[in-house]
Amino acid sequence: MKQKKWPEAWHEVNPGCMVFEPGNARVYKTGSWRAQRPVWDDRKCIKCGICYIFCPEGCISEQEDGFFRADLDYCKGCGICAHECWPQAIAMVEEEV
Amino acid sequence: MGKRTGMEVAIAAAEAVALCRIDVAAVYPITPQSHMAEHLADIIHDGRIDAEFITVESEHSSISACAGASATGARVYTATSSQGLMLMHEILPIVSAMRLPVVMGNANRAVSGPLNIWNDHTDIMPQRDNGWIVMHAENGQEVIDMTIQSFKIAEHPDVMLPVVLNIDGFQLTHMIEPLEFPTQEEVDRFLPPRVPFATLHPDRPISMGCFNMPDIFMETMKAKDQALINSKKTIVKIWNEWGKMFGRSYKPIETYKARGAETLILTMGSMGETASVAVDEMKAKGRSVGLVKMRLWRPFPLDELRAAIKGCKTLIVMDRAVSFGGAGGPLGTEIKSLLYHDDPRPRIVNMIMGLGGRDVQVEDFIAMVDRAERKEDDGYEYYGVRE
Repeated sequence: MKQKKWPEAWHEVNPGCMVFEPGNARVYKTGSWRAQRPVWDDRKCIKCGICYIFCPEGCISEQEDGFFRADLDYCKGCGICAHECWPQAIAMVEEEV
Repeated sequence: MGKRTGMEVAIAAAEAVALCRIDVAAVYPITPQSHMAEHLADIIHDGRIDAEFITVESEHSSISACAGASATGARVYTATSSQGLMLMHEILPIVSAMRLPVVMGNANRAVSGPLNIWNDHTDIMPQRDNGWIVMHAENGQEVIDMTIQSFKIAEHPDVMLPVVLNIDGFQLTHMIEPLEFPTQEEVDRFLPPRVPFATLHPDRPISMGCFNMPDIFMETMKAKDQALINSKKTIVKIWNEWGKMFGRSYKPIETYKARGAETLILTMGSMGETASVAVDEMKAKGRSVGLVKMRLWRPFPLDELRAAIKGCKTLIVMDRAVSFGGAGGPLGTEIKSLLYHDDPRPRIVNMIMGLGGRDVQVEDFIAMVDRAERKEDDGYEYYGVRE
C-alpha cells in the first residue's frame, strides 16, 4: 500500500498527532502562503548575510557567487529580510496568481 | 482477603497511589486534597517507593510536569481540588489530545467566589468537555479501588487517556472508614509496569503536541472523541477483571433497588450512600422508589443509563453544580437532552442541592422525592434554599 504523506480520514491520524519521522517539516512546502516574494538587487547587495541571519524560516542561503536567494518552496513572504537589509537591496514584489 | 484498617480516605488515596508504583508525582497542596499531597510526599521522601515528587509552584505547573513525565513513559499521578483544577484547565485538553496517561485525584470542592472550601461538583463540571475520563467514587473503598483501576485504564493501549477520579471533599476525603487494601503482590499482578505507546527519548526523536492546520484539525478532534467513546469498552473490561480478582464489582451506572421503581433518584459521588438509606426508608413505607448512581461521567454511559431507568415514571436528577443562566444543572440538562428522542421517557425533575458543603441528609432526599412527585412544572429548582 502506498504510504500517504498526510493523514486524510480521522482514523488515519496518529494517536496524539505524534510525528515519528524527524525533520519531516521539509516535505511540507509552505511557500504557497506567500503574497509577496523577496527580489534581490545584487548591484546594491554588500554580501553581509543579514537577510540569511534574520530569515525566520531559514530558507535564505548563500549562493556560489556570494549573493543570497530565498528558497521559494518555503519562503512565506514575511518581508523581514527586506526590512533588515542595510543597503535596501531586497524588494518585496507582489505574487501574481 | 486483606484485613480492614481504619484510615482517613485522603491518606488511603495516597497509599493506593503508592501501591501502583508510580514514577512521578507532581502535586500542589490545596484543601481538601492536602492530606493526599502531604502523605504522598511522605511516602516518596521516606523511600517507600522509588518515585520523584516534583514540588511545583502551582497547579498549572503540576499538570504540565505530569504531561511531560507521562511523555517519557513514566507512571504519573497528580491531585488537586477546586481552584487548583480551574488553574489546570488550560492544560487538561492538551493532555488528552496528546493521549498521555495521567491519573488525577480531584477532591471536589466549590469554586470561588465567594470563597468556600466545602464540597460540591462545581470544580469538575467546567472540565467536562476536556476529553478526560471522568469518574466519581462513592466511598473510601471505591477511592482505593478506583485509584488503582484508573492507572490500568489510562495506560491501556486501547485507551491512552488521562483519568480524573472525583473524591468528594470532606464528605469523603476527611472520613475515617474501615478500608481494605489489596496486597502489593495483588496490585502488581493487576497492574503491571506501564508499556508506553511512544516516548520522548533523545536516541529516537519523535514530535509530540504538534500543530494542526485547519485541513486536519477536525479529523483530529473526531479521533479524540472516538478514543474517549471507545475507552468505555476497556473501562468495563478492567472493572470486570477487578471484580473477579477482588470480589467488588464496578459498573458505569450502579443501581440500588431500582428495578420496577416508579420514581428513581439519580446521584453522583458520595451522596449516593445517603440516598440509598432514604430509598430503604421509603421502600419500608411502601413507596416505589429506587436509586441510580453515575460512576462514569465521561465517556457518558448512555446505554447503561437507558437500561437502568427503563420503565420508571419520574427521574429525579440531583445536581451538585449549576450552569448559571442555563436550563439547570449540568447532569440534569444533559440527561434531559439525551433522552429527548426516547419514547416512552420518564418525567425528569432536576434538583440543585448540596452546594458549597450544604448538608444533604436522608430526610432531604425524602423531601426531594415528595417535592418532585408534587411538582407541576418541568423547570429545575434549588432544594433547601431559604425563600
